[in-house]
Amino acid sequence: MRLEARAELSRSMLVAAPFVAIAATLAIAAAFVAWAGAPVGRTYALIFDGGFGSRFAWSETLTRATPLILTGLAAAVAFRARLYNIGAEGQLYVGALAAIAVGGLHGGTGFELPAAVLHPAMLVAAMAAGALLMLVPALLKTRLGVDEVVTTLLLNFIALLFVSMMLDGPMKDPMAMGWPQSVALQDTLELAKLIERTRVHTGLLYAIALAVLLWGLFRYTTFGFEARAVGANARAAAFAGVPVQRTVVVVALLSGALAGLAGAIEVAGRTGYVTLDMSPGYGYSGIVIAMLAGLNPLGVVAAAIFVAGILVGADSMSRGVAVPTYIADVIVSVALLSMLVATAFARYRLRWN
Amino acid sequence: MTSPVLRMTGITKRFGALVANDAITLDVNGGEVLALLGENGAGKSTLVSILFGHYVADAGTIEAFGQPLPPGDPAAALAAGIGMVHQHFTLAENLSVLDNIMLGTESLWRPISARRAARARLQDTAQRFGLAVAPDARVGDLSVGERQRVEILKALFRDARVLILDEPTAVLTPQESESLFATLKHLVAQGLSVIFISHKLDEVLRVSDRIAVLRGGRMVATLPARDAGKNKLAELMVGRPLARTLAKPHLRGDVVCELRGVGVTGALHDVSLALRAGEIVAVAGVSGNGQAALADVLCGLRAPDAGSVALEGITMRAEPRAWIGAGVARVPEDRHAVGVIGDLPVWENAIAEHYRKPFASAGLVRRASSRAYARRLVERYDVRGAGIDAPARSLSGGNMQKLILGRALTGAAARADDYVPVLIVANQPTWGLDIGAVGYVHQQLLDACARGSAVLLISEDLDEILQLADRIAVIHAGRLTPARPAREWTLPAIGLAMAGAIESPHAA
Repeated sequence: MRLEARAELSRSMLVAAPFVAIAATLAIAAAFVAWAGAPVGRTYALIFDGGFGSRFAWSETLTRATPLILTGLAAAVAFRARLYNIGAEGQLYVGALAAIAVGGLHGGTGFELPAAVLHPAMLVAAMAAGALLMLVPALLKTRLGVDEVVTTLLLNFIALLFVSMMLDGPMKDPMAMGWPQSVALQDTLELAKLIERTRVHTGLLYAIALAVLLWGLFRYTTFGFEARAVGANARAAAFAGVPVQRTVVVVALLSGALAGLAGAIEVAGRTGYVTLDMSPGYGYSGIVIAMLAGLNPLGVVAAAIFVAGILVGADSMSRGVAVPTYIADVIVSVALLSMLVATAFARYRLRWN
Repeated sequence: MTSPVLRMTGITKRFGALVANDAITLDVNGGEVLALLGENGAGKSTLVSILFGHYVADAGTIEAFGQPLPPGDPAAALAAGIGMVHQHFTLAENLSVLDNIMLGTESLWRPISARRAARARLQDTAQRFGLAVAPDARVGDLSVGERQRVEILKALFRDARVLILDEPTAVLTPQESESLFATLKHLVAQGLSVIFISHKLDEVLRVSDRIAVLRGGRMVATLPARDAGKNKLAELMVGRPLARTLAKPHLRGDVVCELRGVGVTGALHDVSLALRAGEIVAVAGVSGNGQAALADVLCGLRAPDAGSVALEGITMRAEPRAWIGAGVARVPEDRHAVGVIGDLPVWENAIAEHYRKPFASAGLVRRASSRAYARRLVERYDVRGAGIDAPARSLSGGNMQKLILGRALTGAAARADDYVPVLIVANQPTWGLDIGAVGYVHQQLLDACARGSAVLLISEDLDEILQLADRIAVIHAGRLTPARPAREWTLPAIGLAMAGAIESPHAA
C-alpha cells in the first residue's frame, strides 16, 4: 500500500475536500457521542439547532466567528507563504493588552482624546503588538534558520505569562475584587452592536472586509505573488529574483498583526477588558479554520462560521443531552485531521500493491 | 548464447492516459550484454522497474530462469537472481563498504552479525569478478566510479545472475566508463547477463551484444550490435531522420563577463574566466566539482568569497534581480526545483523574473499584459501543455525547459526577437531531455550566440560540449583550466582533466 501522486490535480476534488472532511468528521465524532451514551441523531440536531437554528443562535455563532475569522486569516496568510505561525494565541493576547493600554481607563480616566483618534490608535497598537511578537520568530527564521513552529508555539506561553503578570500588576483592575482582570476599556471605544439585543458587533464587518482585502492582496498584487511564490517554492522564487527573506518577514508581520487585531476586536466588541480566559484557544482554532478553508481568505469566513457554529451549538447541546461540550473540541480537531487526509487524497491516490 | 535466462512477455503498463510500456516482449540470454536504448520517456525505466518489482505491470508475465516471477516484489526479484544498479546510488555514505554490502542481507532477528563470513565472501566475490575494493573504506570517501563498483558488488554479493544498470555512465568520466565496460565484459565472460540502459549511442555500440530499441513505450527493434550503425540506431530511437544542429559562424566580440580569481569556500578556487560576446564557452566536468557554485555566482545567487565578477565592466552584487536587469539569461540546472514554481500557473512563471517591472504598476500585477506576454512566449518557444493557466508542474521536462529558456531569452521584451541577452548562463540545459528537445535547446543557444550573446554552457555531456563550444574549460575539484579553443582539446585530454590529472593549467 502506498501513495502515488496524481498526474493531474482536479480542481473539483480540491473543492470537495472540505465537505468530504466535514462529513467524515461528523461520522467519526458520532462514535464518541455514542460512547458517551447519548443518541447520535438528537445530539447532532441539538448542536445544529444551537449553532444555526435561530436568530439568537446565528447571532451567537457570528459573535464567536468574529475573532476566529481574524485568527484564521492570520494562519492562512502565514501558511500561504509556508510560514507556520502557531503563535496566534499569544499574539491575540498581547493585542488585547495593547488595546487596553491605549484605550483603557487607567486610574479612573483614560487618554482624553476624541474617539476618532483613540479608536484607530487602539487598533493600530494591537496590530503592532501582535506583529512585534511575530517579528522575533520571523527574524530568527530568516537570519538563523530557527524553525518558526517551535518559536511561535513557545512564545504563546511567554506571552500568556506576560499578560498574567500585567493583569496582576500594572494593569490590574482595582475594582475586580482580586480577580486577575485588566482595567476596563473606555465606553466610547466599544464597538457598536450590529443587531439589537444580541452580541454581534461591527467587528464582524472588520473581519469580513479584511478577508476580502487579503483575497485581493494575494490575487492581484506583486506582494501576493511574492508570498505565494515563496510558499510554493522558495528556491525557485529566490532564483527569479523574489526577495525571499523580506517577503517572509512582511508576511510574518501581517500575520501577527491580524492575530493582534483579533484581540483588540474581542476586547472592544465583547469583553470590555482582558482576562486570562478571554480566548478559548481562538489562536489554535484559527489554524484549523485556515486549513479547512484551503488557505483561501474568503474560505476562512465560511470555515470560521462553521467552527463557531459547532462550538456554540455544543454549548447549548450539552444542556440538553449528557454529552460534555468537549465534543466540540473533538469535532474541531478531527475536522483538522480529516481535512489533511482529504487534501492528501485529492493530491495522491492510494495503490494497493 | 544459450537459452533465455529472462523472458518478458507482453508487458503493458499505463499511467493514466499514458501508455509507458505497450505489450513489450523481450528475452535476455545468458552471458550477453543487452542494451536497452531509447530516448527519455521511451519506457526504459518503467520496463526495468517492472522487472525489478517496483511497479506492477497491467498485463504481461515475467519468467526468470524458467520460473514465473511474482509481480511487484523486489525481494522475489532479488531471490531470483536479478540485481539492479540505480542511476542514483542507494548507498549509506557514512557506512563502510562492507556494511553497505551486508545491509539488508541479514535477518533483523539475528542476534550477532556474521561479519567475518561476509567479509570473506565479499573478498571472494571481488576477486572472482575483478572488482577491487577496500571493505573498510567509508563509502563517503570513495569516488563516483568506486561507488558504482560497490553497487555492482552489492548485487553480485546477493548472487545476481542478471544485472540491470540504469544509465551507468551518466556520472562517470570517460576513463571511468572504460573501466566499467571492461568490468562488464568480465561479468558476461563468467556467464552473467547484463541489461545496460542508455541513450548514448556510442557506448551502446561499444559494450553490448544485442540492442533493444524502445520508442514511445513500444519495442521498435531488437538487433545484434554488429548489424547496427549509429545513424540507424538514432533513427530507430527517434523515429525520423535526425536534423543536425548546425553551428553558425561566430562573431567574437568584446569581453562581456569576467571572473577574476573567484573563490567559494569549499567549492571554487581561484577561478578566472573571460566570456566574449558571440561565443559559447563550455565548462566540462564530472558532477559535483564546483559547477553548482560557479553557476550560483553567475546567476547572482551567491557572492564569491574571494575575487570579483564583472559584467560589462561593472562589479556585480549577488542579487538575482540585478543580474536579470543587467541582461543575463539564466537556465538553472534543476528545472523542477529552481527553474519553475510548480504550483503556480505557467503565466505567472513566465513573468516571474520581471514581475515588478514591467508587469506591475503601483504594486498591482498587470494581468492582461502579463498573460498576453505569456501567450506569446508559449507560442514562440513552442511550449506544449494545457495552456497558460495550468500549473507549471504539469509541463513535461522538455516543455518546462522551453518555458524557462524562453523566459530567459525574451527578457521582458514585447517581441521575443527584440531582445539580446548580454550573457546566457546555461547549467546542464539538456539534462534529461529527449533528443528532439535537446536539438531545440541547442539551436536556441546557437541562435542567441549568433545574435551576439555570450554563452556559458556548464555540462556533463561531452557530446554536447564538443558539438557547441567554441572554447572549453574543464573543472575539477573547484579548479578551472584555462578555456582553450575546442579544436585544441582531444577527448582523452578532456577526460584526463576531468579526472584531475592535469594539475598545471599549462600542461596539455
